[in-house]
Amino acid sequence: MASNSSSSSAQQRLRIIAGHLQKRPEDEHASVAAQECKAETPRSNPSSAAPVPKRRQEIMKWNGWGYSDSRFLFNKKGQAEFTGKRYRLSGLILPSLKDWFEGTFGANLQHKSPATPTVNLSAVAPPNLNEPFIEDLKAAGVAASHDPEDRVFRAHGHCLHEIFALREGRIGRVPDMVVWPSCHSDVEKIVELACKHNVCLIPYGGGTSVSSALECPHEETRSIVSLDTSQMNRILWIDEKNLTAHVEAGIIGQDLERQLNEHGYCTGHEPDSMEFSSLGGWVATRASGMKKNIYGNIEDLVVHIKMVTPRGVIEKSCLGPRMSTGPDIHHFILGSEGTLGVVTEVTMKIRPIPEYQKYGSVVFPNFQQGVACLREVARQRCAPASIRLMDNEQFQFGHALKPQVSSIFMSFLDGLKKFYITKFKGFDPHHLCVATLLFEGDRGKVLQHEKQVYDIAAKFGGLAAGEDNGQRGYMLTFVIAYLRDLGMDYYVIGESFETSVPWDRVLDLCRNVKERIVRECKERGVQFPPLSTCRVTQTYDAGACVYFYFAFNYRGLSDPVHVYEQVEHAAREEILANGGSLSHHHGVGKLRKEWMKESVSGVGLGMLKSVKEYVDPQNIFGNRNLL
Amino acid sequence: MASRALYSPRHPVLKKRDDFEDVLEERRRSSDLRYALRCYTPTLYKGLVPCKVSMLKSIVLQSDHLQCVIKQVSSESGDSTECVAEEASLILDEMAHRMQLSTVRFFVFTLSKAFKRLFRSVCVNEEGIQRLQQAVQEHPVVLLPSHRSYMDFLMMSYLLYMFDLPLPVIAAGMDFMSMKFIGEMLRMSGAFFIRRSFGGDKLYWAVFSEYVKTMLRKGYAPIEFFLEGTRSRTCKSLTPKTGLLNIVMEPFFKGELFDVSLVPVSISYERVLEESLYARELLGVPKPKESTSGLLKARRVLSEDYGSMHVYFGHPVSVRSLAEGKIKRSQYNLLPRYIPQKPSVDTHEFLNDAAFRLVRIQEENMVLKPWVLIATLLLQNPDGMDLSSLTEQTDWLRHLALAFGAFLDWPDHEACSEVISCSLALHRRLLSVSAGHVQLSVTDAPQVETTPEEAVFQRAVVVLSCASYRNQILHVFLRPALLAVAMQSANSSRKDDIYNCFNFLRNMFSNEFILCPGDSVQDFEEACYLLMKRGVLQVLEHEIVMSASGQSTLAFLCSVLEPFLQGYQVVCRYLCEETNENLTEKEFIPAVRSFALKLILAGRLKCFHIHTVSASLDVLWAFEVLWLFN
Repeated sequence: MASNSSSSSAQQRLRIIAGHLQKRPEDEHASVAAQECKAETPRSNPSSAAPVPKRRQEIMKWNGWGYSDSRFLFNKKGQAEFTGKRYRLSGLILPSLKDWFEGTFGANLQHKSPATPTVNLSAVAPPNLNEPFIEDLKAAGVAASHDPEDRVFRAHGHCLHEIFALREGRIGRVPDMVVWPSCHSDVEKIVELACKHNVCLIPYGGGTSVSSALECPHEETRSIVSLDTSQMNRILWIDEKNLTAHVEAGIIGQDLERQLNEHGYCTGHEPDSMEFSSLGGWVATRASGMKKNIYGNIEDLVVHIKMVTPRGVIEKSCLGPRMSTGPDIHHFILGSEGTLGVVTEVTMKIRPIPEYQKYGSVVFPNFQQGVACLREVARQRCAPASIRLMDNEQFQFGHALKPQVSSIFMSFLDGLKKFYITKFKGFDPHHLCVATLLFEGDRGKVLQHEKQVYDIAAKFGGLAAGEDNGQRGYMLTFVIAYLRDLGMDYYVIGESFETSVPWDRVLDLCRNVKERIVRECKERGVQFPPLSTCRVTQTYDAGACVYFYFAFNYRGLSDPVHVYEQVEHAAREEILANGGSLSHHHGVGKLRKEWMKESVSGVGLGMLKSVKEYVDPQNIFGNRNLL
Repeated sequence: MASRALYSPRHPVLKKRDDFEDVLEERRRSSDLRYALRCYTPTLYKGLVPCKVSMLKSIVLQSDHLQCVIKQVSSESGDSTECVAEEASLILDEMAHRMQLSTVRFFVFTLSKAFKRLFRSVCVNEEGIQRLQQAVQEHPVVLLPSHRSYMDFLMMSYLLYMFDLPLPVIAAGMDFMSMKFIGEMLRMSGAFFIRRSFGGDKLYWAVFSEYVKTMLRKGYAPIEFFLEGTRSRTCKSLTPKTGLLNIVMEPFFKGELFDVSLVPVSISYERVLEESLYARELLGVPKPKESTSGLLKARRVLSEDYGSMHVYFGHPVSVRSLAEGKIKRSQYNLLPRYIPQKPSVDTHEFLNDAAFRLVRIQEENMVLKPWVLIATLLLQNPDGMDLSSLTEQTDWLRHLALAFGAFLDWPDHEACSEVISCSLALHRRLLSVSAGHVQLSVTDAPQVETTPEEAVFQRAVVVLSCASYRNQILHVFLRPALLAVAMQSANSSRKDDIYNCFNFLRNMFSNEFILCPGDSVQDFEEACYLLMKRGVLQVLEHEIVMSASGQSTLAFLCSVLEPFLQGYQVVCRYLCEETNENLTEKEFIPAVRSFALKLILAGRLKCFHIHTVSASLDVLWAFEVLWLFN
């Protein structure tokens, strides 16, 4: 009863707010400003955007990143362009990408390594169906499918080896069926039936995992059911008094943000994968958003979590902002990576949409100075919503994505800027690096904040380098996954990985890991020097998050994925040896499991195991991540 | 262990070595002055952070590590931090080098003159130089030369200048500093000075280690130091010290450097300048204090012929690959890196092992001259040998040594007798040759009547000088010799028994020779392999059988070790017969020495067994070890 009344009152309020918004159209300053800054989010009309369909393959690539209509390609003139209409870059020509691509990787547009165009359905093993389970499910009225395309789509995340195999048309173990619960009670029914019939469940949110978390374990003999949460995508209520929203966990980032925006709010949680990743996925992997300096990471954002486990539903009894009731049970759920249950509903903090947003960038003569500046910004606790420091290689990478300049005047201006920085200020173009900034808040404060940060930067030899450079820096992180697909068309494979590390070790870790990658590639017979680049992507009081991109040209290698994995393994060893963590926000999955014990101690691992043992003795949630 | 393959992969015989080139040849043809003043543009480390000598000092004093220790020391001693910091600054002043190119040029000029006078040739492996040139650019480099003579580090710097390599900073003993003028000259050519012992002095250690690490981290210059810690008076490699090795490796362990290259350098002399000086020192004549006037007096060494000299730059050893799988670098994750941390047990073991291996590499690349073989034979035949039989046996020994992997510099196209007479001529001060009979002797006949003690002393000087040449080849014969002695004393042909005996001897001599700890199985197999290949032994599954033709080889090998066994025996006898309860280590050596003298005079011990002295401390140590093992 209580929930009924609260939801009806919420709905009423929603209607009122919606009315306000509709009455005051485009001239509404706040929403326009915020909208403008989202270079990354689809441009399509917010109200008409459709949620994720059950048949994802209709709008998304089955063997690559993102929407089917958006991809990079080299056109007949050899110029790179980005297709589609969804992004800022869409339809634009990127004249310098080809030279950068060929120069960096020693790749050649003549040497193509195209992907298999369509799924070879005959390669998909027939499903191992648990008939009694299916019958009970049908009776419960839950949508399900064992169509091979649906199953293949949910058998992978976006690790290099997963995508590489798909492109070659190789398909391993895939889930035997897919179910689409539409609400919390559907999930309860599914889990109950799974326990009853001993079926293995693998929760599936946005499918953007990069830790082999979605891979079906080879040793699993039971029927594997992929539990796709995409249809649980409603905002159930918004509480303006407490600034919280109660949301179904299947909602994907962009839909959540857009729908909240319509009410004048946002969560501020913007992981780079937010176009596709889901709220439940964020909770299950301890996700981190670009603007965590203002809004916090997912663990700071959640107020209440509801999760269905084989033992029943776990949740707290109130919405108090903090409690001292023994170890926080949320922390059993956060980062559990689908091994304990399915997150179905989350109450999370919301904020009014900021009045004003501004990008910015600072050029530093070298990486050391840049890191010193970020450290100082963190020490003074004045980090903007986002501050990232790209190393020289990544700066050049970002530069290669500059769209064609429309006028001679603009190109003249660019030349002038370059002259000023390299010749007049004496920055070495092979050492300089750039920090990208994003400020958010009310206009006056943003401008004040901006000045403070630029003043600190100046002490470390930093020069303000304009909004444009800043914005392009953020764009890079959204298109990088699309770019990987382009690389894979031309014998270039790569991936990103991340870590967190105390401040005093940042420089040493970056240098050693980059060098280790270069050295390992050489030792393993990679013909051309790899791209090995990093950025400091988040700042904390006691350290920073570092993000690496690593890619190489694999022509001449018989088993490129194996080489790739060996190098990544070595890089991770190097990270751990240099005082870095196993993961900052990607999670462990199956990819990094081997280091879990070393990372959390034997006792720590035992604690996690005993929780699993209690919650899920039958190993219904059998994706075998983490432990 | 029997199941392990006999073929040892690091087999010395298979070692490929580079060719040498004489660097003095060029010097004899052109002007030394112009050479000293030539344009010097060394290849540089890619990560070099350029910094001046004065800046280096302030970086060290400001470092977190030193500041942390200063605070610690101040709170422990009650002195103010300013006071302790001042002390640190003084220590650094006393220690730091002040490298100046002009001083280096002066040295280059004078050394060119001196070297041309002293040596017939100075041979360097140029491939080694090229490898070093490569290594210097990639990672900070640590040069680890062997140490047989004062000449060593002068020669190193000279060669690096010659090949346009960055000049090293050299860890030198404080004793040099007392040489007023020369000490400062050395300082200006890159030497920095460390006290001989500063075990408990935290502050000193902190200044010293931070100084070395800072230079390494900045890529300031290659660091050069002697693993053996001091000059080997016996020409036998000394048990390496690990303190400095730990300091240069720590920046890698802690992730401050991607890698560090260690370059072992083997410097060998046909005739060591300090030859008889060392012998006297070993016999208890105190070492002349390093002083400038002493150096001037030593001018007479310039008038003699010291034959040729060989410098072999070994392959750079990467600390990273050395530590792979042995050092868990994440052990440093939980403590801020500037807080000094004692090396863990594992680390210590690793350092010790690495140090031994590096000294082994030095040994293996040490060039041996024909005289070394002759000296070995003459020491085994105290009554002298006929020239013809000496020639014959030297030739035999030469083949044996080569089969065991010795790096022998034997003139290719000369008759054996020619080579031998050449060697005898060079070392005539240790010999007497009459009517085709060669014997070790004191050539400058005593003018006045001498006491028997003095006669023994004179003779011992010659024997020890000669032994220092024999010692140079010991590492070649050591493992087979241990096996030979083990077979003799095991009284059994069972492989296990022989191995046990071998292992016992190996433990006993673990401080006498360079025997990598933990390598005993490998050493045993290597010895078996070498002797089997030579046709001396047959190694069966459970047994080792001597072949008929192997008798002479085994006898020779046993007598190689005999003096050492005798020496140890004398010390044992002394400990049993003579010691009183409160004997200090200081009194111990002279006491053993006079005990040995007594035995010799009484005819119970032969003079050529007088290794006692150098051995005596090692023996004590060996007993401790053996006692622990049993």
